[in-house]
Order: sequence, then C-alpha cells, then structure tokens
Amino acid sequence: MSLHIENVSRRGILKGAGIVGGLVLTAPLMSKGLLAEIKKASGMLEATNYLSISEDGTVNIYIHRVEMGQGSRTGLPQIIADELEADWSRINFVAAFGDQKFGDQNTDGSTSIRKFYDTFRHAGAAARMMLEQAAAKKWDVDASQVEAREHRIVNKATGDSADFSEFVTAAAELPVPAVDKVTFKSKDQHRFIGKPVRNIYMKDFVTGSSQFGQDVRREGMLYAVAMRPPVLGGKLKGYNKEAAMAVSGVVDVVELPAFEKPIMFKPLGGVAVLATNTYAAKKGLEALAAEFEAGDNGGYDTAAYEQTLWQSIEGEDVNFLKRGDVDGALSSAAKVVEADYFVPHLHHAPMEPPAATAEWRDGKLMMWVCCQDPQSVQQTVAPYVGLKPEDVHVEATLLGGAFGRKSKPDFAAEAAILAKHAGKPVKMVWTREDDMQHSYYHTISAQRVKAAIDADGKVTAYKHKSAFPSIFEIFNPATEHPVPLEMGLGLLDIPFETANMQIDAGRARGHVRIGWMRSVTNIQHAFAVGSFVDELAEATGKRTDAMWMELIGSDRTLDPAKDGADYFNYGESLERHPLETARLKGVLKKVVEMSGYGKKMPKGHGLGLSVHRSFVTYVATVVEVAVDGDGNLSVPRAWVAADCGLAVNPDRVKSQMEGAVVFGTSIALHGEITAKDGIIEQTNFDGYPVCRMNECPHVEVAILETTGVPGGVGEPGVPPVAPAITNAIFAATGNRIRRLPIGHQLSA
Amino acid sequence: MDFKINGRAVSYDGDGEMPLLWYLRDLEGMTGTKFGCGAGLCGACTVHVDGMAVRSCQTWMDDVDGTEVTTIEGLGNGETLHALQVAWAENDVPQCGYCQSGQIMQAASLLAENPNPTDEEIDVAMSGNICRCGTYQRIKKSIRDVASGKVKGGTI
Ligand code: FES
Ligand code: FES
Repeated sequence: MSLHIENVSRRGILKGAGIVGGLVLTAPLMSKGLLAEIKKASGMLEATNYLSISEDGTVNIYIHRVEMGQGSRTGLPQIIADELEADWSRINFVAAFGDQKFGDQNTDGSTSIRKFYDTFRHAGAAARMMLEQAAAKKWDVDASQVEAREHRIVNKATGDSADFSEFVTAAAELPVPAVDKVTFKSKDQHRFIGKPVRNIYMKDFVTGSSQFGQDVRREGMLYAVAMRPPVLGGKLKGYNKEAAMAVSGVVDVVELPAFEKPIMFKPLGGVAVLATNTYAAKKGLEALAAEFEAGDNGGYDTAAYEQTLWQSIEGEDVNFLKRGDVDGALSSAAKVVEADYFVPHLHHAPMEPPAATAEWRDGKLMMWVCCQDPQSVQQTVAPYVGLKPEDVHVEATLLGGAFGRKSKPDFAAEAAILAKHAGKPVKMVWTREDDMQHSYYHTISAQRVKAAIDADGKVTAYKHKSAFPSIFEIFNPATEHPVPLEMGLGLLDIPFETANMQIDAGRARGHVRIGWMRSVTNIQHAFAVGSFVDELAEATGKRTDAMWMELIGSDRTLDPAKDGADYFNYGESLERHPLETARLKGVLKKVVEMSGYGKKMPKGHGLGLSVHRSFVTYVATVVEVAVDGDGNLSVPRAWVAADCGLAVNPDRVKSQMEGAVVFGTSIALHGEITAKDGIIEQTNFDGYPVCRMNECPHVEVAILETTGVPGGVGEPGVPPVAPAITNAIFAATGNRIRRLPIGHQLSA
Repeated sequence: MDFKINGRAVSYDGDGEMPLLWYLRDLEGMTGTKFGCGAGLCGACTVHVDGMAVRSCQTWMDDVDGTEVTTIEGLGNGETLHALQVAWAENDVPQCGYCQSGQIMQAASLLAENPNPTDEEIDVAMSGNICRCGTYQRIKKSIRDVASGKVKGGTI
C-alpha cells in the first residue's frame, strides 16, 4: 500500500482557496492523481484533504464516505481524532462532496473503515507529531519532552500545557514526518478507536432534523414523479398529457430519454410529471395513464425461469476451481449426499426510497442525492446534461438505508434531465412502488451440491455448481455466466480441507436489472453451503459444529489460486487479509459457547448454526426457532460471534450484526421478488414483507478481535443467518428447507 | 380548514384529499415526518393527531380540521427532549435513522396510553413500524427504559 501525506499548507497554494491559515494535511490513498493535482493547483484548490486544523484549533475532518446506517461517518473521524489526541467536541465534521480528489468514495463492499483505516490513522498521527514539534520548538525542549493530550500539548517535564491553537501556524510550516517516522499510539492509549462513540447525527435523528435525499428542498423547487416502462427495455406508447395538466399543481409533463443497453446505471425512460408538490405530481401521473410496449423481456416469468436455471445446472459446467478428482471420488464413494437449493430474486427496499434533487447554477449542476457514491453520480449524470463530470457538483445527503440500491444512480440522472428541462430546481421522488418495481434485484439462483462419503463417514469430495444471471451483464451484455468475483463470494473460498473439490457455474441470462444487495452472492452461496454442512452432519450422524470443524480441518491459510481459482478476496491481498481457518473455527467455538448449541431443546424448538467468512470478516451465527403444531414459525433468539479484526466502534459493529440478523431473517422468512410477463409483481411492503418487531429475534453479539487490522462490518453478518434459521427448523421439526423464502412451506 | 401543528395555528384551503404527509413535508417544509411507503404499511410517517398516533400518509387534510397535530419536531420542548428521544440516544438506536421519527412518535403514543406496557404490548403497538436496518431490540429496550423510569426527558 502506498501512503503519502503531504503538508499542502506549506506550499502556499491554499491561499486563494478560501482556506485561511491552519494546518492542512492531505493523504491520498486510492487516487494517484491527487498529489499531482495539488501540485499544479494554484488559486483554485478546494479542501481536498481529509483533515485540516484551523488557527482557532478547530479540527476539520472531511468524511468522504456516505452514512447509510453503517456508522462510517462516526467511525472514520474516530480514527483521526484518536491519533491526533483531539477533543471530540472541537471537531467540525464535514461531509465531503463527490470529487476524485478524495480517492474512492464508493461506499459499498464494506470498505470504508478497512480501506481507509491506515490513511486516517496516518493523517491524525502526522498532524499530532507536527503540533508536538512546533510546541517543542517554541518551548525549546526536545520533541520527546512534549506530548499531545486532549487537544493540548503538554510539557512532560514541567506539566505546563497549551491548546493546539497556539501551535497550528507554526506546525503548518513544518515538513510532514516521513511515513516510517510516524509513531502511533498504543492500543491502551486509545480514547476513540475501539470505543462506542455515539453517532455524530444522533440528535438530528431523534428530533427529525436530519436531511435525507427525500428531504431536500430548494427555493422554487418542483417535485417530479415518473412512470417508467414496467418491463425492462419497454417503450413508452402513449399518455394523456391534457388530463395530467388539468390536475391542480401540475406544471409540466416531460418524456425521459428512451433506455438503451447496456444497462449500466442508466435511467429507464418513461415520462415524468412536474408539480408544485409531491401529491399533485402523483395525482397528475395517475391522470396521465401512460402506456408502454413490453419489448424483449416481456416474456420473463420467474416460475418458468427457475426451470431454465435447473436446465443450466444439468448442462455444461463452467469450471472455477478444481482440486483432485471429484468425479472419481464420487463414483467410488460409500455414500453420496446431494441437495438442490433455490433462492429467488430479492430487493433492498431501503426505508427511504431513492430521491435526487438537481439545480442549475452558472452553467453547472448542483445535486443533492442519497447516493452511495457521489463520483458515480457525476459520471452517470454528466452525459445526459452535456456537462463534464467535474461540473456536476454532488452532495451526498444522509441515506435512509441503501444496501446496494443507492450505488446505482439512475434516479439522479432523471433529476438532472428534468432540472435542465424545467430551468428550475427539481426533486425526483421515487415512490415505494417505483422502488419495488425498478430495482437492481439480487439475482435468482439454483445450486446443486454433492459430497462423497467414505466407509468411515469421512467426506472425501465436495462438488458445488451455481447457476444465476450475473451482475456483470448490466455492464457487458455479452456476459452469460457468473464471473470469478461472484463465485468468489462464498464458493471459491469454501474452507474445506477435503482432498477433492470442484466449483462450477452454469450459464444464465438476466431479464431484469441484476445488482448487488448487502453481501451479494454470498447470500445464496452461504445458504447452500451452510445448509449442506447440516445435511452432511445428519448423513454422518454428527453434530453440525463438529461437522464444520472436521470439514475445515487444520489451522492454515488458504490460497484458492492453488486450485486454479481466480479469487479476489474482497479487493485485499492475501498477505494483509489471509483466509485463516483458525479464525473461522474461533467464531464457531465462541457462538457454540454463547448459545449452548447442542443442548436439548423443548419440543418444537431447535437451534441452527452456520458460519461464513465474507468481506474479510468471520461470522458464526446460531438461531433458535420455534414451530408450533400448525407450522407457525417464530425466531425468538440469535447469537452472533464476529471476528472483524480491529473494531473501531464496537457498538456500531454490534448494531450492524444485530441489523444483519434482521435483514437475514427477512430474506429467510419472506424475501421473494417474482416477475410475470416481464413485470415485477410486488409493489409495496404488503407484497414484499420485511421483518417487523414481532418477528425478530433478540440478538446477542460477541466481537472477537484477533487482529489489529479492520475487516468489513456492514455485510458479513447477513450470509450465515438464513441457513442457521433453516437448520434450526430442521432441528425443531425434521423439515429440510432447501428453497427460500420459507414462506408457507411449514404449514403446507 | 384550521388546525394546529405543534401548537402553531395554521389554515389550509387546498385539496382536502391531500394526505397530511405531503402537506407537512412539501407545503410546511417539515421533513422530520418521513415518506416510506405512502400506503399505511411502514409507519415512517407517524404523527399524532389529538395525541393519537396516525399514519400521516393515510390522513386526509379534511380529517385534521380542528385538531392538534404533533410531529417529531414538536415532541420535545426546545433543547429539552422527550424521554424517548433521550433513551433513543442512550441506547444508540438509530442506524440510518430514517424510520426513527415514526418509531418515536408511535412509541410516545403507546406510553401515553399505557405507561407500563408488557413486551407483547410493545410488539403489538410497534409492529406497524418497519425498521429495515433492524434496530428493533434497541427500540424495545428504549421503551422499557422510559416505562421503568430509568430514562427521563432532558438534553442529550
Ligand atoms: S409512509 Fe405512511 S405508513 Fe408508510
Ligand atoms: S434505522 Fe434505518 S430504517 Fe430504521
């Protein structure tokens, strides 16, 4: 990893940029262009840094990642504040706008802390050392004699101290310490890292003053709603403009540009109604009665498509990993266990439907968007309004949940197009119906798993085939089977020591927009693997935790490349984030201990277990279910053991794990998006239920910190939940659930 | 129609079928009341009308004539927050925060009616409010903390 922190305040290039005095450190990690840009900048530089300290001692932290419930906008400042020895109450938290200068802003893939921990830590520590040096110089003592403590520099010999503000100007003249000279606080000195710091938006949340994408208001703003082709790729046929215009408050009816492949993050086309308020716009849209032609995907029927997927499972194998001779071992096995699993399309359904506001200002576009990646909004929007991406200024508002949906800014392009047309600020409001019917759905999948068992009850071969339409078809229409990245989410990293193993995919094409949703293809892969281990335990008369231990085998690190796999490890090197079987076994042992897994349960109750590594974090989950005589299912309790390495904010890690159990329970119990004649059949929370308070387990979370390197947190809690629930149902009733959602399968 | 929002007198003479939700958000600019489903299914838009929790997306302007409407912005008293708001902060309830106005308004109406609800009563009263982030167990704990007197109103 390259890390370079530079004191740009020394160059005098900030003078014209409205930044007065102070210490300004820049620490680019992802963007190589940043330093070059700073160097060539003269009077036009904006605050491109993650950290600056004003002359009055105020610490400005520019948080380049968005906040959608995962807590990054609190966690990232904790890192800087700690190494800087700052007083939390004197931090100015600045939500950064979209700009390549900040490096990668795509708040996705559980990356914010794990990818930026080092950068933020270095920035804080370097600034602290510079303040210390400035103080030592002023007091004419050796730098080792002074120490930063709670926003002051202390002279250790005399006990005298002075506020940071006394040294900011002098520190700004100093060179930044070389990366290898930067010293960090020890773990026991941490005041913010590893502490449950309260969310910086708490007061706004509980008083209703936080601003989400749906909440943006601009002077003279119009509200827009739209009808989009119900079938992907369908065309607008006709609409009754007069009827819509007759509705009081309706200002205009505007056709959106027709959609063309590739799918990318492009808007879908259709027609929008602009009005003075959302209600009038919605009423106008109803009166408009827009009609559409279905087009190529009009035949998509998910029930029929499931059969297509099973044919793909029977058909040609696209191999992704091969070790030993699986087919040989299967043909000579004493016993073969085989099972098929199915997971339907799913939808993120963030509590806040997508929304974006656009306003023209001096030939440039200002946007406020509940987006996961403001830079991607710039790139997506620009061509639709004839601007360069850098002329689209994007403020990421708070996100009322996202789960992957809001990293696809199709809705932002709509707002931009309409604002250009109207010559006024426009807020594009997606309704819940729009959100349900025009998502980037989690894929639909079929999987077949086989294992060979020898005469001693040992598993000698493992074969797994997964067929589903790939996300990458939205970028490259020629994609006709899953790609290594998707197979790497839970299959290429299966941690079994089994001598023979083979992982294959089947071909499949998509007929709706396929996208990533919290934990992505780990959802179906962990469901199949976690269920199958339970089936192997049953077949060999073992307890499931013992079956896992036996399959995982010795303590070692895995390298899927040795078996020919192209494994991406969530964008991390295997040196920094190895695949460690000991950590997997560690969370497994812990969750067994917490839950008492294996104990005798009352009639109708059962405990189920699963374990999974994703986003370089290890999570084991046990769930208790109860099933009554009529097949009514309840899920009273769950236990989670998570090893995410360093937990910067343990309370937010816990809350993410609690939330992940709820998210996973929704997937297991209810999650199902279906299509008929190419149209999504669900329109709101009645058709696509998500768990409510009365359905959710009480979750107990243990965090195991076995390394000092942070892993992902937002997603890895999700994958083990569904198989833990279905395994618990098996324990309670003997019913094996192999297709999600569980729905009414128990009462049938 | 004439009514009050958080103690302030307002009058409205537009379309009586406009849901209170859009009046609050678009006409009054009070965006603390959230839009989640527009169909009475999620509770994000919960406000009080004469002290009772209602879904503002299902409440017509015709229906609020002569009533007192309380929104999340008016639940506390300036810097002095309602006990539930304090409990929410102490238990670090919100994740994304979007559902929480509605959750707090629903919980406030529950406690006003039933100051010491059982867990089951909490479940029943709160099950119309979806939290997609899954903060339910902390919501439940916060309600219990206020019911038991452990947390009182104040500042955070
Ligand atoms: S927005 Fe009113 S209940 Fe969902
Ligand atoms: S906190 Fe995000 S929906 Fe409840």
